[in-house]
Amino acid sequence: MKRQKMTIEFDDNNSNKSNNNLFDLLSEEIVFAILDLLNTNPLDRKSFSLVCKSVYNLESKHRKTLKPLRQEHLPRILNRYPHISHLDLSLCPRINDNSLTVISNACKDSLRSIDLSRSRFFSYNGLMSLALNCKNLVDVDLSNATELRDAAAAAVAEAKNLERLWLGRCKLITDMGIGCIAVGCKKLRLISLKWCLGVTDLGVDLIAVKCKEIRSLDLSYLPITNKCLPSILKLQYLEDLAMEGCFGIDDDSLTALKHGCKSLKRLDMSSCQNISYVGLSSLISGAGGLEQLTLAYGCPVTPALANSLKNLSALQSVKLDGCMVTSAGLKALGNCLISLRELSLSKCLGVTDEGLSSLVTKHRELRKLDITCCRKITDASIAHISSSCGNLTSLRMESCTLVSREAFVLIGQRCQFLEELDLTDNEIDDEGLKSISRCSKLSSLKLGICLNISDEGLAYIGMHCSKLTELDLYRSAEITDAGILAIASGCHDLEMINMSYCRDITDSSLISLSKCARLNTFESRGCPLITSLGIAAIAVGCKQLTKLDIKKCHNIDDNGMLPLAHFSQNLRQITLSYSSVTDVGLLSLASISCLQNMTVLHLKGLTPSGLAAALLACGGLTKVKLHVAFKSLLPHPLFEHLEARGCVFEWRDKQFQAELDPKCWKLQLEDMIP
Amino acid sequence: MMDHMDTLCQETWAKSSSSGNELAKNIPTKKPSFTNYNLDSHQHQQKWEDTSIFGIRTDTPFQEFNPQSETQSLLPSNPNDHIKIVDRKNSQINETLQINKIPDWDPRAMLNNLSFLEQKIHQLQDLVHLIVGRRSQVPGQPEELVTQQQQLITADLTSIIGQLITTSGSLLPSVKHTLSATTPPLGQLGGILFPSGTGMNSRLQRQHSSGTKVSDQSNQMDVTGNYGTEQNYSIEEHEMKEEDDADEGENLPPGSYEILQLEKEEILAPHAHFCTICGKGFKRDANLRMHMRGHGDEYKTPAALAKPNKEASSEPVLIKRYSCPFAGCRRSKDHKKFQALKTILCVKNHYKRTHCDKSYTCSRCNTKKFSVIADLKTHEKHCGKDRWLCSCGTTFSRKDKLFGHIALFQGHTPAIPRDETKGLSSGPSDKGEENDVSNKVGSTNYSFGSSDATGSGAQNIMDVKVGVDDPASYFSPLNFDTCNFGGFHEYP
Repeated sequence: MKRQKMTIEFDDNNSNKSNNNLFDLLSEEIVFAILDLLNTNPLDRKSFSLVCKSVYNLESKHRKTLKPLRQEHLPRILNRYPHISHLDLSLCPRINDNSLTVISNACKDSLRSIDLSRSRFFSYNGLMSLALNCKNLVDVDLSNATELRDAAAAAVAEAKNLERLWLGRCKLITDMGIGCIAVGCKKLRLISLKWCLGVTDLGVDLIAVKCKEIRSLDLSYLPITNKCLPSILKLQYLEDLAMEGCFGIDDDSLTALKHGCKSLKRLDMSSCQNISYVGLSSLISGAGGLEQLTLAYGCPVTPALANSLKNLSALQSVKLDGCMVTSAGLKALGNCLISLRELSLSKCLGVTDEGLSSLVTKHRELRKLDITCCRKITDASIAHISSSCGNLTSLRMESCTLVSREAFVLIGQRCQFLEELDLTDNEIDDEGLKSISRCSKLSSLKLGICLNISDEGLAYIGMHCSKLTELDLYRSAEITDAGILAIASGCHDLEMINMSYCRDITDSSLISLSKCARLNTFESRGCPLITSLGIAAIAVGCKQLTKLDIKKCHNIDDNGMLPLAHFSQNLRQITLSYSSVTDVGLLSLASISCLQNMTVLHLKGLTPSGLAAALLACGGLTKVKLHVAFKSLLPHPLFEHLEARGCVFEWRDKQFQAELDPKCWKLQLEDMIP
Repeated sequence: MMDHMDTLCQETWAKSSSSGNELAKNIPTKKPSFTNYNLDSHQHQQKWEDTSIFGIRTDTPFQEFNPQSETQSLLPSNPNDHIKIVDRKNSQINETLQINKIPDWDPRAMLNNLSFLEQKIHQLQDLVHLIVGRRSQVPGQPEELVTQQQQLITADLTSIIGQLITTSGSLLPSVKHTLSATTPPLGQLGGILFPSGTGMNSRLQRQHSSGTKVSDQSNQMDVTGNYGTEQNYSIEEHEMKEEDDADEGENLPPGSYEILQLEKEEILAPHAHFCTICGKGFKRDANLRMHMRGHGDEYKTPAALAKPNKEASSEPVLIKRYSCPFAGCRRSKDHKKFQALKTILCVKNHYKRTHCDKSYTCSRCNTKKFSVIADLKTHEKHCGKDRWLCSCGTTFSRKDKLFGHIALFQGHTPAIPRDETKGLSSGPSDKGEENDVSNKVGSTNYSFGSSDATGSGAQNIMDVKVGVDDPASYFSPLNFDTCNFGGFHEYP
């Protein structure tokens, strides 16, 4: 729609060439207001900027954020947009020191935020020029920069105004580098050191001593002990503390602490094997304002643990994923805590109807409940949940296999505010779906491996849940075109659909889905009836498509790829394994400049030279999954060259697999579960 | 009386570091004592508080004092003149200072001060009379009572003397109150003792001598003080432990040891023991003795093989001390502040460290040089291993110490070793490589340009887009067209 309007304007402009440009009459403010609203499709802004010179200039002036694809274009882009404050380089796999120097010289003081979390090949020098030239830099994301060393950290320390710094997985940075940052970046409010295995107590302690403004501290998986805790707990403004997987901290050291941290609001102590409720209660003593507590994969949930949480009057969210749970513990949680809004018991062993029912009846204000894989619960629990927690907005209950199909009717009747519902691998049937369709706010519905549902149930969803953005029908084998048609005609906002292994799906489903203009993720693995025609329809209709999975759609060939290459300029990830695409199709995909991720296994028509040409032509590739046979068929320097360009190869050595019957697959899964 | 005077003297020295010149005036003396006041007395004063030096070097010859006693006799004995004398001395020290101060001189104030002084001197006189009286009256008093009284009296004495000093100090036209007010009495203090000593008995005579020694010792002490600073310098310079300085505090009486001096060649010779028959050299005497066995049966006797020192130990041996052959060295016996070296090893190490080139360079850091190989080995043990460096230049052998240091001080930051930054700065340059990319890509463009064309021409817009998506413009960064907005994307 927008595009067409724009085209008309464009034509008008051409016809009035001799006259004064009408767009000059628009004030800057109006153009800016228009630009503010153009944020659904990234291409819209670009089209808009091509209307005329003045609009082009205004658009250049207006743009504050930029997400470039390749580092080669950086000098030109940055020249065009002088007021960039946020630079997201997560689509550029390759950013070298020269690029960083170019950025720092072009953006200067306007740059406030830069994301280098997905980029490699930069080092100390580039960061130094960035830190010295861009004085107003506030956010720097260096996550995954596994090659960076202390010298680079010392360069970062030159950015004196830095407030947020992510260093996750910077494994080579040691205390020395962190020490430099602690001394240099006094204004730090957030620092994430997750997986920085070289950082010990000394570095963390220095951060806590020097950076008094810290609000958020992520120390997950650091080899730290209790030595750094006293100074951390003295941080006056600390709100968010994550210590996931800190095995060096134990109960004894925590009980030795005299006072907890008063300002703490969110605490993550997941996977801390050596901490029980004893140490925990010592740590959170005095933290009366604690709102969120995550104890996933930690100590068993017993009455003692619940008792230690008794004084936390502000506690709203408790996550106990993967913990051993006793019914008494859950009961005590119900009695001790005031009123929870969010509770996660995902994959907890020992959750029974008795425990869960007594818990949910005490917390009637619960908004989010996660009982994924609580395999022992039955209809009784669901009855209690639905009667007590009428305000529930999110319910995740994947694989609660003992819950009968009648129970889902209750959910639909009583929890009408649900926005997110995960019913993967459950016994729900069409009656259940009909009931659930009353949840008019539903935006995410997962019905994977629900073998009892059919088009009839799905039609109810399509009719009533107009806000649906996400629908998962993975291996719900009874679904056919009729169901999809109902969804496509009712849910115009659909962004993601997965209908893998719904073997009866044909092109007509895809043609109907092409009306969903916002669709960005489309997965239809193992739908043998889909042909290139359907893909062409999706390509033309869904311009925002970023992820496409058509593995094992044997009838899709090069004719499907050509429209994709032309229309799906936002496509970033494609899985083509077992399809009938050949060299020509793959090469045509190379014209999609965004394309980063490609899985091409078992393509019969693909020759080594065709693959080589496609790989070379696809300049933005970051990850390619290939069959190991190609490794020897293609020259080694080719791969070296592509790797230098920032592409990672994953070699697979799987045999060509015949398709399993979906029902037999489900039975197999059930056998595996003890 | 003698004991009393002793304590008196010592206390006054210790407490006020000086004593009243008027004290001398009061005590009927033939020889006024401020004659001692000379340039040296300035130096005395600096070290005066350190009473521990008394008694050191009791064997110092008296001769050194003689010149001073000569000057003493030459100086005028009139106590009233003392200010002038001081003045004169000051003028000798610093003429300009005096010139500056002359206009400030107020005769009226001077008179007031003088009368005050007179009063105080009378008080002092009475006090001393009292002491003398006590002595004569109660000879049989218990020791404790006597000492108590002495302490009381000396306390009074000190306060009066203190007042005297300040007043007399203000009389001086010199600005340097601290200097002028305290130095003259100091010099005279030695002098006080002379008269009192001469008048009494032979024991006092000793007192006299010790008094002279005070000045003499302070001379000596000054010297050692200089040594101290010298030593500090040398430590800073060499940054190593000077083994040969370990005997600094040793105080052997002169003549109680013999001084040996090896020649430079001997010191630097790799071997110290040589076979008298074949001339082969050995580092150790024991090795030489083992070697000698080969030269005949006479060397195989237990006596010949035994450690030679053992036999000699029966008779008292003069302790051996060593001198450095380097002229002007403080370890040389010709140096007037000579400090002997204890052993031959000390001599060797001293000579190599101080007077030889540092020929051994550390192979790790390539900066540190040593002349003694043992020093190099000691250094190499620590060099490069866990050197934790702060931006202020301080190094630490332990990381936690460095971090404690950084936590303590503002603005200090860990210093990253230079080799790490070097390694990174020479990172892979990709200029050539990138050109390579575009070249290769350029060659592949043709192959799929044709297949591309089939689907074009759908809409007006598409025409534009095809132009935009022209692969040639995509993959050659040099040929970047303004219409080409495929280069970036934003996801709001």
